[in-house]
Amino acid sequence: MKTISADKIKKAVEDLCIRANLFLRKDVLLALRRAYREERNGRARRIIAALIKNADVASSEGLAICQDTGMPVVFLEIGQNVRVSGNLQKAVNRGIESGYRKGALRNSVVREPLSRKKAGFTPGIIHTDIVEGDKLKVTVLPKGFGCENKAQLKMFNPTAEWREIKEFIISAVKNAGPDACPPYIVGVGIGGTADYAMFLAKKSLLSKVPNARKAKSKIEKELLDELNKLRIGPMGLGGDATVLAVHISTFPTHIAGLPVAVNISCHALRSQTKIL
Amino acid sequence: MKEIKTPLRQEDIRKLKAGDEVSLTGVIYTARDQAHKRLLEALKMRRKLPFDFKGQIIYYCGPTKTPRGKVIGSCGPTTSSRMDEFTPALIKAGLKGMVGKGRRAKKVREAIKKYRGVYFITIAGAGALLSKFVKRSDLIAYADLGQEAIYRLYVKEFPLIVAVDSSGKSVFKD
Repeated sequence: MKTISADKIKKAVEDLCIRANLFLRKDVLLALRRAYREERNGRARRIIAALIKNADVASSEGLAICQDTGMPVVFLEIGQNVRVSGNLQKAVNRGIESGYRKGALRNSVVREPLSRKKAGFTPGIIHTDIVEGDKLKVTVLPKGFGCENKAQLKMFNPTAEWREIKEFIISAVKNAGPDACPPYIVGVGIGGTADYAMFLAKKSLLSKVPNARKAKSKIEKELLDELNKLRIGPMGLGGDATVLAVHISTFPTHIAGLPVAVNISCHALRSQTKIL
Repeated sequence: MKEIKTPLRQEDIRKLKAGDEVSLTGVIYTARDQAHKRLLEALKMRRKLPFDFKGQIIYYCGPTKTPRGKVIGSCGPTTSSRMDEFTPALIKAGLKGMVGKGRRAKKVREAIKKYRGVYFITIAGAGALLSKFVKRSDLIAYADLGQEAIYRLYVKEFPLIVAVDSSGKSVFKD
């Protein structure tokens, strides 16, 4: 049994919140640079260049990459041989509070969703998973809501064809159009239950963005190519760079259904991980 | 690159065409969802507005906290379509320009055409970079809304693209 103190977890979350919001993920930065090199539309190239410069200004001047520092989504993979001393949930939320405060980030969370009252930094959305081993893996994904608002879920019939599913995913990206800061990274969850499909779609965004127009599987590649044919482009003004990556995660599901969830990320896909 | 100043003059607005790249110098006002709700209430109740709309521009933006030693934090645009239900009434009341990201509803494009206004977009997801164009920031209304309050910003050569011009023409396909 290994003991990890709540304080250590708090400090890790604090650090991850700051790093995620100030330093663009290296894979995302490389993907933007590749998009810049490959882009044929002059205006789109200039916009991508501005996004790369933005990442540079953010890291060198200690500014958030985007003013929407998101609703913090925290993934915890807890080894079954780990014992946490203290309150885990409080530790995570205190880490968020302190990281967002120190990083001069935005208090974008309202405590009361209907009255819209009490804006603050927390609570974050915490997903926990119990895994083998004696480590605790903490990942912070600050999810901006320009793109979160474009998430879609559809419960297909089990007899649905891949073509129909593909059309649904493409229509979700079309619907986001110029509004949610393209070029996008598209997370797709297929299977499980309604809630689990969306969780899978969200978690897919943590996958590495490939540094070439390639994908892990044939269907991801097919989607990537078709989505880029939409030519939404940076800021929605047209261009080759519409989607930087498509990540599909699947899970067993029920004989009576086929849940498909799409969770889109803007080009400022931010996340950081630490293993304790 | 066309250069414009605020308050916007009708002859300047007329020259702006959808797709033009523009550099803006002058005062703009931040307002997003909750501030729009209040502005509309103020208009309905005939209460005094926090600033005179005449020839002015609203920027759909809720900046981060201001880091020490900076004028403002990260301050990029938020999605404009969420303001669509409020915008026509504000335009009717004299507002001339809006800055945000993404598409606008038909009723907004029609109001822009009818009252000869203009809708701009700016680099979305580049809040750190855009903060360099803001030279001054003052809280002027709805302080209780925090980052959603109305700030008066003085911007210098702020980069914009005309997304809907005064003839109602849009850079986006519907």
